[in-house]
Amino acid sequence: MTKLTVNGIERQFDGDPDMPLLWYLRDELGLTGTKFGCGQAQCGACTVHIDGSATFACVTPMSAVDGVKVTTIEGLADDGKHPAQVAWREFNVAQCGYCQPGQIMQAAALLSTTANPTDDEIDSAMSGNLCRCGTYTRIRAAIKHAAGLQQNVRRG
Amino acid sequence: MFDDVFLKNVSSLTNVSRRGVLTGLSAGALVLAVGLPELGNAQEQKGPPKFGADRMPNGWRDDPTLFIAIAEDGSVTITCHRSEMGQGVRTSVAMVIADELEAEWDRVRVTQAYGDEERFGNQDTDGSRSLRHFFMPMRRAGAAARTMLESAAAAQWGVPVTEVKAQGHAVVHAASGRSVGYGELAKAAAKLPVPERSTLKLKDPKDFRYIGSDRIGLIDNFDITTGKAQYGIDTRLEGMLYAVVARPPVYGGKVVKFDAAEALKVPGVVKVVPIDGPMSPTEFNPLGGVGVIARNTWAAMRGREALKIEWDEGPHAGYSSDTYRKELEEAARKPGKVVREQGNVDEAMAKAAKRVEAEYYIPHLAHAPMEPPAAVVRIADGKCEAWACTQGPQAARTRLAKRLGLPLENVKVNVTLLGGGFGRKSKPDYVVEAGLMSQAMDGAPVKLIWTREDDLSHDYYHTVSVERLEAGLDADGKTVAWLHRTVAPTIGALFNPDAKNELPNELGQGVTNNPFAVPNHRAENPEATAHVRVGWYRSVSNIPHAFAIQSFAAELAHEAGRDQKDYLLELIGLPRQMNPNDLGDTANYGEDPKRYPIDTGRLRRVVEMAAEKIGWGREMAKGRGLGIAAHYSFVSYTAVAAEVAVDDGGQISIPVVHIAFDCGPQVNPDRIRSQLEGAVIMGVGQTMTAEIAFKNGRAVQTNFDTYELARMNTSPREIHVHLIPPVGPDQPMGGVGEPGLPPVAPAIINAVFAATGKRIRQLPIRNQLAV
Repeated sequence: MTKLTVNGIERQFDGDPDMPLLWYLRDELGLTGTKFGCGQAQCGACTVHIDGSATFACVTPMSAVDGVKVTTIEGLADDGKHPAQVAWREFNVAQCGYCQPGQIMQAAALLSTTANPTDDEIDSAMSGNLCRCGTYTRIRAAIKHAAGLQQNVRRG
Repeated sequence: MFDDVFLKNVSSLTNVSRRGVLTGLSAGALVLAVGLPELGNAQEQKGPPKFGADRMPNGWRDDPTLFIAIAEDGSVTITCHRSEMGQGVRTSVAMVIADELEAEWDRVRVTQAYGDEERFGNQDTDGSRSLRHFFMPMRRAGAAARTMLESAAAAQWGVPVTEVKAQGHAVVHAASGRSVGYGELAKAAAKLPVPERSTLKLKDPKDFRYIGSDRIGLIDNFDITTGKAQYGIDTRLEGMLYAVVARPPVYGGKVVKFDAAEALKVPGVVKVVPIDGPMSPTEFNPLGGVGVIARNTWAAMRGREALKIEWDEGPHAGYSSDTYRKELEEAARKPGKVVREQGNVDEAMAKAAKRVEAEYYIPHLAHAPMEPPAAVVRIADGKCEAWACTQGPQAARTRLAKRLGLPLENVKVNVTLLGGGFGRKSKPDYVVEAGLMSQAMDGAPVKLIWTREDDLSHDYYHTVSVERLEAGLDADGKTVAWLHRTVAPTIGALFNPDAKNELPNELGQGVTNNPFAVPNHRAENPEATAHVRVGWYRSVSNIPHAFAIQSFAAELAHEAGRDQKDYLLELIGLPRQMNPNDLGDTANYGEDPKRYPIDTGRLRRVVEMAAEKIGWGREMAKGRGLGIAAHYSFVSYTAVAAEVAVDDGGQISIPVVHIAFDCGPQVNPDRIRSQLEGAVIMGVGQTMTAEIAFKNGRAVQTNFDTYELARMNTSPREIHVHLIPPVGPDQPMGGVGEPGLPPVAPAIINAVFAATGKRIRQLPIRNQLAV
């Protein structure tokens, strides 16, 4: 039996312990904002936060998430108000949008540890997240903008 | 990066489009959307050749009752009949209609049309033609609805319709100061006849509020950034099962026998189902194999691993890219079918002061949309309903009906958002697979997904080609003779397995319509055999053709001792308009050659713009170089100038790219920019690292660890987009989604030559410069 918290709700799972968290979130809980892209930790579409750290759900088995707190894009902020989400909308970052929940979760984790990321820090944090539409220049700009929004809130 | 003006302005207008809201609207509140579809348009006419939207299956519709609904609370729901795959069409179509309708943007929602071309007109979302073909019909739909609202208000007040005017989501009567909102008028307006097309008054373009504006936020922005956006793979139905398919590892192979015993022991697996195949011709049919249906995706995947299948690998088991490349090269060194001829190439070559020749190799590519193919199908009471991320909902519908043995009217295809398409999702084989899985479960809803390995192993791949170019230069270094031999398996082989020559519309992507001012010009197309499914991939044959032509133009400049950009402009020649038919191209992207001539003035202008913006001719540090390339495709004009830096170890980086673009009139400049930014990044990936190679009939690269696409740290940090303003509102509109990509690779390769003196003739570069 695996016990975990997903977006603040306590959950129990007693199925195949090898099942990746991704399919538990999508198929069992209906949290389809976390996307399937590769199944091998190669694209980042499945990025969620586990105890606050960005993690690829597609290679995280259920046996490894006992007692953890999982946050998905649906639980990142009330009404989509995380600075990264706001910045993504302001810059019209998305094209097809499929990878963007994973990109936003990765960016949110970066911003939680690095208030003002440099270009190199953004490259380092974000290069595991593929975007086939090619939105990287806007993602970079949106992360910098979100850093500013976040500081305004803190100074608030 | 993008212009400062964009940063300030973008998204100051916002919108949301939520499924729940739309569902609520459908119960009696849809007031305008009660009419019957108006079927008559030019598609049904006989007579002279048809072009543009008129020549597409089922043509176009402009009946406002199909596309516009106004509820009594005044909210406007616009139906988008083209698939959204990142090009922004749901936002752009809404901008067009809302502008003519004089609707307020924050009261506009968008819903997606199901697949029904008889009702909505053509829905094949490909060929960079949604706005090119539907800008005017959508304007007319908006104007017709606006006219109906004005007529209803005038009747209500008993004043002449000429005295009232629609503005700001209401109709006003200035003389009396009265105003009535669209919501209050909708019911009365819906009872009026749709005005005759010839009586419609379209807005003066100077009065456009949304069309051409950079300030419109994406209609799906909120849903996308909160994880609520629904793609094909996200569909969930009550009691739904999940399926994956084991397909023949080699194209054309089939199942000899299989043993499902171990698969059925996997907890959650409920059924194992053989799928007939392969079919000939291949078309959009499933490849065959064995499907595994389970209670969740993971169980289906585990079940598939446990299958024991004996395969007959079929006729293509010997397909290997190394040997196939040699076949293509041999073919390219011999004469082939002549597809274009001007002047006397042989004589001019014989007299030339200098002869130059080069061969270029461009490998297969896989579309690899981030959302792999996926669909949900259920069948109940003889009626089939599908939810699919498809670029071709009508094709999905007809193929489902045929394979499931159902009448067309009993099949409905709902179109979800697409997590990327790039041409892959024009082919509905995966939707048919989902239908077969549901049928095997007595109609229970089944979601079928492709894993990334499925996607890269069984794609409708971009073709592979060898492009051989020969030129003769005179004593002044001017090119006087040009011979292009293009050899590549054709998309036509999907429909005719014996097809070995490129189709006219493949050749018309740079070969038969090459506008260079060279008096003696011949193009040949030796034969090539397809050993995989070759299909449309973003920009299609323009990719190899532009790579070879624009690389070779730079090679000729070098041979002539000339500046690359100046020599390219000389090849393009003086500004002039040419009928592509006269050059040898009968396709011209389906557009009227008189309305859409090839305009070398426009091609020159984008070259000059890109060169100016990157600072062409400036002093470059050691290991740095500039390159440029230009290409006409999808009746638009693109030039790319790139700066590269090559370190002592041969590692290449691309710090900055400028892309100049002329598509004529612009509906949504922000989405044009985003398409071009994306084209540059996709182009960087296929220039530097991306390739699908085959060995023993199998794709070698089966996930993103080996099929290496551009990532943030390998992409240019700066991408500057420069849009050429249209010359006027009557200039015909060009395509946007695809024309950005073809010049990217040759611009980078030419910059690498400038930086290193090393000429790359094979894509991707990978470690060709490694020392």
